[in-house]
Amino acid sequence: MTPALSFQNLTLGYDRLPAVHQLETEIVEGSLTAIVGPNGAGKSTLLKGVTGALAPLEGQIEISGFDDEEIAYLPQQSDIDRSFPITVFDLVAMGLWREVGSFGWLRRGQRSRVDAAIAAVGLTGLESRPIGSLSGGQMQRVLFARLLLQDAKLVLLDEPFTAIDARTMADLIEVVRNWHSEGRTVLAVLHDHETVNSHFPQTLMLARELVAHGPTGQVLTSENQMRARQMCEACASTPHVCGKDAA
Amino acid sequence: MIWEAIFEPFADFGFMRRALLGCLAISIGATPVGVFLMLRRMSLTGDAMAHAILPGAAIGYLVSGLSLGAMTIGGLIAGMVVALASGFIARVTALREDASLAAFYLISLALGVLIVSTRGSNVDLMHVLFGTVLALDNAALILLCSIASVSILVLAVLFRPLVMECADPQFLRSVSKLSAVTHLTFLALVVMNLVAGFHALGTLMAVGIMILPAAAGRFWSASIGGLLIVAFAVAALSSVAGLLLSYHFSLPSGPAIILVAGIAYGLSVVFGPVGGLVAQNLPRRYFET
Repeated sequence: MTPALSFQNLTLGYDRLPAVHQLETEIVEGSLTAIVGPNGAGKSTLLKGVTGALAPLEGQIEISGFDDEEIAYLPQQSDIDRSFPITVFDLVAMGLWREVGSFGWLRRGQRSRVDAAIAAVGLTGLESRPIGSLSGGQMQRVLFARLLLQDAKLVLLDEPFTAIDARTMADLIEVVRNWHSEGRTVLAVLHDHETVNSHFPQTLMLARELVAHGPTGQVLTSENQMRARQMCEACASTPHVCGKDAA
Repeated sequence: MIWEAIFEPFADFGFMRRALLGCLAISIGATPVGVFLMLRRMSLTGDAMAHAILPGAAIGYLVSGLSLGAMTIGGLIAGMVVALASGFIARVTALREDASLAAFYLISLALGVLIVSTRGSNVDLMHVLFGTVLALDNAALILLCSIASVSILVLAVLFRPLVMECADPQFLRSVSKLSAVTHLTFLALVVMNLVAGFHALGTLMAVGIMILPAAAGRFWSASIGGLLIVAFAVAALSSVAGLLLSYHFSLPSGPAIILVAGIAYGLSVVFGPVGGLVAQNLPRRYFET
């Protein structure tokens, strides 16, 4: 049980205001973990910290077993320009960026892998459609197909199932479970506790500080949820200085 | 009749052939840049940068009169400084790039007008503002063609990162370290092509040949490749038609070219098959699924 990620006294935040405070825990390699917690608990911030887009205010994130480039990240609101004239195939194919690079051609084997990824999310037949013509659920499928091709050891998903239909959600959960069975480490920020209960073995509950982390059944208790809400409210009302200068 | 109207001016007069070559060179280099400016929602940025070039060209003019080299170098330096400084401020501070660009270009526009008007005559001011497409000498033509060649080569190399930087910048940053390089190289291309356009069409019109064909192209093609081809075709045809109109009716050539491109844009808005007014409101049968 080697840790893929180890958070050591990790504090992340914006403008000196901590969004994640003194987090100390480990994510086991190959685990499928849901991150839950009230609004403003620092869930998305934690993922941004792992991608390296946000530097820790204090403490550190230790990544072991793979490079930064082997992390795939699906942001909550991707800033994809939906009106951009690019086809489903071309956007999905960008998942091969690490292999193909900025200048390489797509070889035949790679093209068929792109087709396979598109098929795996149930979008066969829409390869040449511009992304502007897709529904929200179809767009999320496209982004999952791109994640599939990124072939990452660590997959970070920020509210991947928000505002999509039940059928799409079921299909995409299947993709996530496949990743899990292939031994990839998956971290997903989720709101729907029913989804977490039925599909995610591990849960990390966050309210700026760690509330609980472990098997989902033991973490998702009403007691913990109550405590998380109280911690978030308390922290929001009394901002305090963190870091070395703290009194 | 057709010979006289269309071919004779170019066959008989060297300055018309030179003007045509200069305009085609600008069309080749500037329209792909314009397409990407539009796709990145930076059309107004192009306009701002065109104004920012003015003080540099004006200082070049102050130092050595109407000299090609001095005004080119001055324009390039001023354009790069504004592009880089505004980009830098947007990246390291909370100010967004459009606001910081607006701040820089207003400063440099005021500076440029001040410099030109303290020293230049009205003729020189007209030259700087509206260009001299009918008086391009060899050196100017070589400059325009070189800039077009460099632009095409750089765009070919940077095509994929540039497309991703437009479509999904967050993703590009996560898989590649080329994001910042792509952005800055692209800004350099914009400045280079504006300086080229400035020699032929003047600072005020240069951005027109960049943006209008791209905007027109949006109504004819739904793919990037098609967009690039249509935009170039519109720019090239506008150059020919504009030069001929200016020849036959004694109109200033720069504005004539840009106006023809403007008419092409207007027609595209109305008749373009991809989201044009007619296409959107025509009752059409939809595909059965």
